[in-house]
Amino acid sequence: MSLILKNVSVTTEKDGVILDDISFEFKPGRIYILIGRTTSGKTSLMRAIAGLLPIDSGQITMNGEDFEDKPIWERDVAVVYQQFINYPNKSVLQNVEFPLLRKGLKKSEAREVALASINKVGLGDYLDRKPAQLSGGQQQRVALARSLSRQSHIMLLDEPLMNLDYKLREQLRVEFKELFNSQKDAVTIYATTEPPEALILGAEILVMHEGRIIQYGSPTEVYEQPQSTTVARVISDPPMSILPVSLSAGEIRFGDGYSQPIPAKMKNFKEGHYQVGIRANDIVSAKSGGEKGTISLVEVSGSETLVYVDTPAGEVVLQMEGIHDVKVGESISIELPGNRLFLFETNGALCVSPDSAGE
Amino acid sequence: MYKVLKATFITIWSLFVLFPIMWAITTSFKPESAVVNGATFIPFLEYQPSLIGWKAILPGPDSLTNLLTPTLNSFIVTAGATAVSLIFGSLAAYGLSRFTYGWKNYSNADIIFFFVSQRIMPPVVLAIPFFLLLKELKLLDTHLGLILVLTSGLMPIVVWLMVDFFNALPREIDEMAMLEGCNPIQAFFRTILPLSKPGLTVAGMFCVIFGWNDIFFALTLTATKVLTLPVAVIALNGTVTPYWILAASTVFSIIPLVGLAFVIERFLSRGNLGGAVR
Repeated sequence: MSLILKNVSVTTEKDGVILDDISFEFKPGRIYILIGRTTSGKTSLMRAIAGLLPIDSGQITMNGEDFEDKPIWERDVAVVYQQFINYPNKSVLQNVEFPLLRKGLKKSEAREVALASINKVGLGDYLDRKPAQLSGGQQQRVALARSLSRQSHIMLLDEPLMNLDYKLREQLRVEFKELFNSQKDAVTIYATTEPPEALILGAEILVMHEGRIIQYGSPTEVYEQPQSTTVARVISDPPMSILPVSLSAGEIRFGDGYSQPIPAKMKNFKEGHYQVGIRANDIVSAKSGGEKGTISLVEVSGSETLVYVDTPAGEVVLQMEGIHDVKVGESISIELPGNRLFLFETNGALCVSPDSAGE
Repeated sequence: MYKVLKATFITIWSLFVLFPIMWAITTSFKPESAVVNGATFIPFLEYQPSLIGWKAILPGPDSLTNLLTPTLNSFIVTAGATAVSLIFGSLAAYGLSRFTYGWKNYSNADIIFFFVSQRIMPPVVLAIPFFLLLKELKLLDTHLGLILVLTSGLMPIVVWLMVDFFNALPREIDEMAMLEGCNPIQAFFRTILPLSKPGLTVAGMFCVIFGWNDIFFALTLTATKVLTLPVAVIALNGTVTPYWILAASTVFSIIPLVGLAFVIERFLSRGNLGGAVR
């Protein structure tokens, strides 16, 4: 009873390799988060599962049935797109009823299920409205109600919160968790570009990059042990600063300048060139000593301030609690606590991750 | 100032354009004396309106010719050609808009050009081939024959208009319909077609106008059994027919199109596509 992808690859003339040898087993009753930059292949993977994107090689099976011979309309896949797609000529109720009637439900049953689903997303008062008469968030809820009511075995959500405003996102994000948990036998796949969304909804996270799944695990696993610099960049928000370093006798040297004693965990590694990564909230601004740099950009976001610092070793992003009055062009000293550093090979593979309880 | 200029220009232009039609309308209600003794303008004062012209073209004791039969023929032929063109033309257009066809270097754009190219050729070129074709098929002087010939001219217009219209409809709508259990044909009829009313209305109007006004094919491919209205009116012109009867017949032949224009105007509203995709 699961959705299995075996060596699925798609290459197009226009965009080159879109999906690169993807194999994965999606189990029913779970939520899978696909995270990755735009063009990492999230949407393509979903379209391939739904049948909208023909696959060049590999196999997709659902409950042992090969999808290859099944046209789109027989796959019973529910999709919520990033844009809110509803039938503009149908009312809210008719929109939600439509797939149910297509599925063969009787008129009265369809109405019952549709009403339940519409009430679930809180649109009970808008049954007769046309989609154009609803706000963006409400339109997306209609699309959601339509997909939820179908009780499909596969439910695909492609950045469903992308086009909504901040407040609504927060609200729907929480509602999603409940809604998805009510779908017991369904494989739910949810694509997003935003790490917080992935972590909040988090069940299983699949990190995608250039058409491949590069890491799979629980949110904490992926967050604390990113297997490569790519994963670290994708899963960290604000972005993780990644700097070239060299390890030598007892010392870790950032770029050409600043060095500090080597952290205990890294002692066993050969001397040579590596990369370190550090999250913005782990960097400390220091009164004296540490690495000196020039502030190149300041972003104040209410409860915190993001400061981009150009240092001889490279650009570092540091996050400070509260609003700070720092100006672009000023110089600043920062400290990179040794026990908060991730160590990566020059090719990006993870060597050392900091202890999770290392505050 | 701009507004005044605009209004003046439009008024003058309208008078210029509408004058012949107004002249035809007034002439159709004039008695013989009001026409032959120089121009008269003001009804009831300069002349007494009469229905003599109209009585001549409608069945009755004063009938010179009966235009009702040709009207019926025109109606059948126009409606038939329009229906066939709309049904097959929009299906073809949907296919060309949503799927890719091709053979070697030729693709959808070439197929569309092929359709449009049917209109580039002057109809005169086609008259003899069509005549021979219909003769072989024993369809000369039949409704069906004329419908088929007119369709060959009207369908390209429908395809051309509707491809553009379908291209403007978000593809996601049919994708969604297919995801929700419709095969492509059902997706077309259940979701795309209801959204296409404005496009179909415009295309249908073109068909009706071209079909109703066609005289060339009706003249060459039909004789007595399927006499269409334009041919009948022209035939009146060929014999010695009084002006008031001619005027009545021309006014009579444009009434259906004018009526249609008024009815259709309200269907041509935009904005019912909102809410498909934000």
